[in-house]
Amino acid sequence: MKTTKLIPMLLAYGLLAACSGASKSTVDEGSADGAAAAGGAASSGVADGSLGAGSAMGGSALGGPGASAENRIIYFEFDRFDVKSEYQAVIKAHGQYLSANPGARVRLEGHADERGSREYNIGLGEKRAQAVRQVLLLQGATVDQLSTVSYGEERPAVIGSDEEAWALNRRVEIVYGR
Amino acid sequence: MHTVRKIGPVRAALLLVGALLAAAAVRAELRIEINRGTLKAQPIAVVPFGGAAPLDVAAVVAADLERSGRFEPMARDDMLQRPTSGAEVDFGSWRIQKVDVLVVGRVVEAAPGQFEIQFQLFDVLKGEQLLGYRQASTSADLRRNAHRVADLIYEKLTGIRGIFATRIAYVTAQRTPGRNVYRLIVADADGENARTMAESAEPIMSPAWSPDGRKIAYVSFESQRAEIYVQELRSGARQRASARPGVNGAPAWSPDGRLLAVSLSRPDGNLDIYTLDVATQVLTRLTDGPAIDTEPAFSPDGAFIYFTSDGSGGPQVYRVPVDGGRAVRVTFEGRYNARPRPSPDGRLIAVVHNDRGAYRIATVDPARGVTQVLSDGRLDESPAFAPNGETLIYATREGNRGVLATVSVDGRIKQRISVTEGDVREPAWSPFPAN
Repeated sequence: MKTTKLIPMLLAYGLLAACSGASKSTVDEGSADGAAAAGGAASSGVADGSLGAGSAMGGSALGGPGASAENRIIYFEFDRFDVKSEYQAVIKAHGQYLSANPGARVRLEGHADERGSREYNIGLGEKRAQAVRQVLLLQGATVDQLSTVSYGEERPAVIGSDEEAWALNRRVEIVYGR
Repeated sequence: MHTVRKIGPVRAALLLVGALLAAAAVRAELRIEINRGTLKAQPIAVVPFGGAAPLDVAAVVAADLERSGRFEPMARDDMLQRPTSGAEVDFGSWRIQKVDVLVVGRVVEAAPGQFEIQFQLFDVLKGEQLLGYRQASTSADLRRNAHRVADLIYEKLTGIRGIFATRIAYVTAQRTPGRNVYRLIVADADGENARTMAESAEPIMSPAWSPDGRKIAYVSFESQRAEIYVQELRSGARQRASARPGVNGAPAWSPDGRLLAVSLSRPDGNLDIYTLDVATQVLTRLTDGPAIDTEPAFSPDGAFIYFTSDGSGGPQVYRVPVDGGRAVRVTFEGRYNARPRPSPDGRLIAVVHNDRGAYRIATVDPARGVTQVLSDGRLDESPAFAPNGETLIYATREGNRGVLATVSVDGRIKQRISVTEGDVREPAWSPFPAN
């Protein structure tokens, strides 16, 4: 059970890490253009849906542990921790999944880009994780299902010191399990 | 066999034991480059010491003095004479070579493994002794005592207490596919004697020296979450000081060593400043509200805590009385001032300051309302004062790598300190050593 959950996650991370050039552009489109993100999400959702994770439970294929990598990462503006409107649908889908699956647990890992001081960035990452947590709670997830952790700038998704890398590092990762 | 590096077994043992080891030697050495700027350095000659010591004491002294940026030691090849005591000094000859000050000495082996460092400092122009000293030393302590000799010389010539016998703590990160290694390292101020205090596959952050120099508080994510530890340098023994739900971050010691100021997000998710009595675990909340309040630092008199807060929309420095009360904003210039560290005399606050889009180290003089930018990087962070207040150490970038740098408080003398491998960050300068 554990391994089936882990494998798609690792694959997704591997893709992000390995072909950072290619995946950068797709994720970037997502963060720049909400429609593109939703479209990409829908198609991968169908594929994941065949695994029976999300759709069988009545939740959207956008959410749940079967959601694709890009639907488990929420991006933020510089020095901000408000959830952008384009990510509401994805987070809501996760919230609905959690509501329908009381046994499911999610860890929200908040991150910041490398600019500025490190402990302040821990604060930013924590605020971002909590902002996502609030939306999940509104959708019926319970406090016991959710935990937050902030890594600040300590665990960047992408190494680099340009706007593109920074945009990909300012994020909350929705991690199922535990 | 030859592919197995010396450190391999040590690393393997660390993995088995857990995240931590006290006093493991580190191979990565610090390389130091000095940029003296416009300051004219004083010519000094540190003649090789006589005797048969296992350490070239004069070389350590000369390197220390050169590293300060205030002195220019004469190359040994240029020395026409090599006196080892005052009686042998021909001042006229040194004057011709334009040496202002002269250091001569010898290291006498009093008993096996027991040495005495004798040295004299002369004003060459006047032909006068400025300082004469004898310092007993074991073989193992020769390097530390050589730094103390340099401290005495520096203080005599500048009027400022030397920092050559101090230490620095810093964090290194090595990224390898599939595994990152974070280390908390303590080294002498000249980069020698680097020792790994803690090692983990998860981030290590925010080292802070206790005022007596015996302990370091830091943040470790080894349990997949931020927790504050206090570790003794000598024994390596450590205590988990705070592992409350949410963020446990940014530890800073009170001047009496009794309290840690910390940033916690319990119980409501807001990051606020607390003091934590390390022995009794009594927690006192000092700020309250939705803002990110973090990066506390005690004022040298222990009466106030400076901290970063984004209550005004972006990070700025505030100050709150340790006994409780209203927080007052301290920084006003620019839209980003974070991670305050007061100078030892309490007059200046070092901050990370956004200077036209670049993150740089600046000092703020709240009384005069003056901000002085000291560094010229793009992603500079983590400023810390040396205990004599003359120099700041901070983290900067060299290409994509994190390195350490120092800058004098007047901005004139700059040094860059690189480690041969990995990413270096979060330097913290030890207090003066106890005598």
